[in-house]
Amino acid sequence: MLPQASSSAHSFEILFGVIFWFSLISFLAVSTAIVFFVIKFHRTRRDPFKTPFIHGHTVLETSVAVGLFVVVMIFFIWGWADYKKILNAPQDPLEINVIGKQWLWEMEYSNGRKLINEMVVPKDEPVKLLFSSADVIHSFFIPNFRLKQDVVPGLYTTLWFQASLLGEHPVLCAEYCGSAHSKMLATLKVVSKEDYDTWQKQWEKAKTQKVEEAQEDAASMAEQGKGLFTQKGCTACHTVTGQKLIGPPLNGIFGKEVELQDGSKHFRDENYIRESLMTPGAKMVKGFAPLMPTFQGTLSDSEVNAVIAYLKSLKE
Amino acid sequence: MNTQAGSHSVPHHFETAQQAFESAKLGMWLFLVTEILLFGVLFCIYIMYRGLYPEMFHEASLHLNRVMGATNTAVLLISSFTMAMAVHRAKHDDRVTAVRMLAITFFCGVIFMTIKYFEYTHKIHEGLLPAGMFSYDHVTHVKMPLFFSLYFMMTGLHGIHVLVGMGLILWVMVRCQRGAFGHAYSTPVELTGIYWHLVDLIWIYLFPLLYLIG
Amino acid sequence: MHQATQGHGNYLTEGGFWSWFTTLDHKRIGVMYLFTTLAFFIVGGLFAVLIRLELFRPGNLFSPDLYNQLFTFHGAIMIFMFIIPIIPAALGNFFLPLMIGAKDVAFPRLNLTSYYLFIGGAMLAVAALFSGGVDTGWTFYAPYSLRSQTAVILVTLGVFVMGFSSILTGLNFMVTIHKLRAPGMTFHRMPLFLWAIYATAIIQVLATPVIGITVLLIVMERVLQIGFFDPKLGGDPVLFQHFFWFYSHPAVYIMILPGMGIISEVVTVFSRKHIFGYVAIAYSSLAIAFISFLVWGHHMFVSGQSPLANLLFSVLTMMVAIPTAIKIFNWTATLYKGSIQLQTPMLYALSFLFLFTIGGLTGLFLATLSVDVHLHDTYFVVAHFHYVMMGGTVMGLLAGIHYWWPKMFGRMYPELSGKISCFLIFLGFNVTFLPQFYLGRLGMPRRYADYDASFTTWNMVSTIGSWFIFAGFLWMFAYLIWSLFRGEKAGDNPWGAKTLEWQTSSPPQVYNFEKIPEVKEGPYHYGVMKTE
Repeated sequence: MLPQASSSAHSFEILFGVIFWFSLISFLAVSTAIVFFVIKFHRTRRDPFKTPFIHGHTVLETSVAVGLFVVVMIFFIWGWADYKKILNAPQDPLEINVIGKQWLWEMEYSNGRKLINEMVVPKDEPVKLLFSSADVIHSFFIPNFRLKQDVVPGLYTTLWFQASLLGEHPVLCAEYCGSAHSKMLATLKVVSKEDYDTWQKQWEKAKTQKVEEAQEDAASMAEQGKGLFTQKGCTACHTVTGQKLIGPPLNGIFGKEVELQDGSKHFRDENYIRESLMTPGAKMVKGFAPLMPTFQGTLSDSEVNAVIAYLKSLKE
Repeated sequence: MNTQAGSHSVPHHFETAQQAFESAKLGMWLFLVTEILLFGVLFCIYIMYRGLYPEMFHEASLHLNRVMGATNTAVLLISSFTMAMAVHRAKHDDRVTAVRMLAITFFCGVIFMTIKYFEYTHKIHEGLLPAGMFSYDHVTHVKMPLFFSLYFMMTGLHGIHVLVGMGLILWVMVRCQRGAFGHAYSTPVELTGIYWHLVDLIWIYLFPLLYLIG
Repeated sequence: MHQATQGHGNYLTEGGFWSWFTTLDHKRIGVMYLFTTLAFFIVGGLFAVLIRLELFRPGNLFSPDLYNQLFTFHGAIMIFMFIIPIIPAALGNFFLPLMIGAKDVAFPRLNLTSYYLFIGGAMLAVAALFSGGVDTGWTFYAPYSLRSQTAVILVTLGVFVMGFSSILTGLNFMVTIHKLRAPGMTFHRMPLFLWAIYATAIIQVLATPVIGITVLLIVMERVLQIGFFDPKLGGDPVLFQHFFWFYSHPAVYIMILPGMGIISEVVTVFSRKHIFGYVAIAYSSLAIAFISFLVWGHHMFVSGQSPLANLLFSVLTMMVAIPTAIKIFNWTATLYKGSIQLQTPMLYALSFLFLFTIGGLTGLFLATLSVDVHLHDTYFVVAHFHYVMMGGTVMGLLAGIHYWWPKMFGRMYPELSGKISCFLIFLGFNVTFLPQFYLGRLGMPRRYADYDASFTTWNMVSTIGSWFIFAGFLWMFAYLIWSLFRGEKAGDNPWGAKTLEWQTSSPPQVYNFEKIPEVKEGPYHYGVMKTE
């Protein structure tokens, strides 16, 4: 069974249950009637030329219609009431900007902190997500919260929730968006209010210290780059095993020549990798479509360095 | 539907000529309903964007040539009248007048398309083109290219209908000349007439909606 | 056209092979439609089997891009080339004139034109298959369909052309029903299949132009960059969804209504009872057609459209349940005190009742706003749609094909084989699609080339079910083709039915009837006139 990790999940389960039992009973009623009639009035028991001539029964038909009308109106009103709760965010929620790109989710907190395919929120606090899309329509779907909202280019959409269960909850893209649609996954971490505050404070502190001490040796840079490579969603399109996905494989490419879209050759050095991250369309490798989003503003200089160190370390 | 020059026989699956005629007419009206819905989508897009950007529509429509638009409206109104006359005369076995009226109607179509041609070339020259190709410099509203997308889609679709109508008129004109129609059978002229009136009617809406804003 | 005196042979054998290509006979056009659309059904079905194979377990069997093409073609072929045309254009074409006692449809040439338009449109779409394919999904959502590198233009043009074919067919049928009924055939004496075809024709005529111009605008977006739906050029992608569903929701009633019509025929014949509530069933078809135009927004509850729109579309969608439930109730009530015979067509009709009831009831979940927020775009929707379309329309279609097979070709299919196939398809269908409701409830989104390992078990079950369906259809096509040549000769009226198509020979003669019949009573006058 799917965990119920928010208040909306709880309301969903109740209403879903009500409709489910109504449906099940109706279905059983219809199918029992059919099976019963088929057995009781089978040709072997009934003369085909002596069936009664029944036109219909207006009262019966009308009461079915009226009865059903009442039931569906109950469902409708109930659904509308729950939906209004999903719509109306409480005062002063924690706001997070979410940008959908083919094929990753970029989260931006109000303090400027950016995460890719990962979101951390405090438990029992209202959180409001503000969506926009960089390319096509996506849909932000959190099954454990029973919530979903389309992310439309050229339009801001929102969604709010209050998480009630600590832990990690999967986020999926529910609107078909191309090659790596099924890989456009993220994790929503619900932590306690205290943990959330420390988590943010640590980052803010580290930011002011300028992370200069992070000038570590090359080996751990590569280690850090490896982490970034999965965290930032690169793996949706690039392998390090030589297999072609949406983008070219990235093992053993460093320092080697590659043929570009216009037929020219180019060395894949540090500058090339940096440019490919910041303006991906500038020097496209031949045979691939210009689909990669920019990482301008999402990767700091030291993080770019780490990614480069990681790519250097990979062998064919 | 099945005609040879000179005489017309009722298709085998109909009982009477009247039944055949009524069926054809009903079919034509239903077809016109689909035409209206076809244009309806463009009108919906028009209403939506005009509701969103009324000043832009106002400004953009000033770039259209009202004189040419008005002339075309007049031309089509005249052609509608001559078309109606043609149907009337064909029914009354007046072949000569009917053919003459059809010829005038056809000629009106030619004038309409010629004027449209000059309007289009002028717009293309200025760069007032659908959104992605729009290259006119002196715009104050960023959404203005959308107006010209609408302009070209609506008048373009209408223009195609005018051309189809002209083809039909030519066809019934030739048959009329050969004496295919008379009081007993004039279904094709009548249906072409209904179609042509619809084409005119759509223009009567397009003209104020595109040219006369503000 | 032949002279009337020649018209007494059997429609299948009159004239040579090439005469089929220029035929104006509604029966031949119907048969050509039947075989063409069934061929597309086989192609679409093979794509479905491949889709299920990919989803058998996590990981990639095909590349994600290939998978995206598979489901796009599965959807586009099944919808535009099979399920929309097959019942109206194939069975409707064949039986509408017969059932109202006419010699042909009102515009036979238009009828042939619409067949060739259909072939032309289908060829365009098939051409796309060989020139890079399409990966947009059958819904062509902007802006993805504007950016996709695949052959979107070919397919959308194909849909446009096939749309015109559908419009012309609908128009032809409406005029035929209004103007060509035999003496005494009042509207209230028409078989319910024709009421359904009539309601369908209304939707075909009123909704199809909208999809026509909309897909044309997609072509224009790609060719001329008009930008109506392109946010980069100032347009609105949600607007596309409105237009698309304005057609495509009524379109699902184009698909289901004729299926419902067939059920009304089969249930009465095989229980030898007058239909329960003729008027209610007849007018509920029209009611469904009418409401179908007002509910398109329920496909867009989470698209960012206004909450007020969501409110209205939710309440209107609930209304669809009522005429639908009345139909189910009336068909069930028709069985009461009948004399029921379980031949293949009836088995399919009963399958329809079971499966369509499930399909309809699961629609309630999706119409309820807050519940749809979770279920939207998940496998729950996929399952619901297949229960309605395959459990509904295809079961109705198969009932109809088996019911009318002897009339169309003058031969019986082997009864036992028919029952075996029906059993395999019914079983396989439930094994395939019942688990998908559960997967959707767990939050597995649709159109996923790969999925989380936690969804594995039920996906495996679902894939195994698809093999049963495949086997059932394979068996069916085998015995149907066999029966064309070797089947037992059928009588003129093997089921003892009362509607007019059974009053002529099997297969019917070229001009349908020796003498135009005069109608004196309704189509379902079985049994004795007084209650027992």
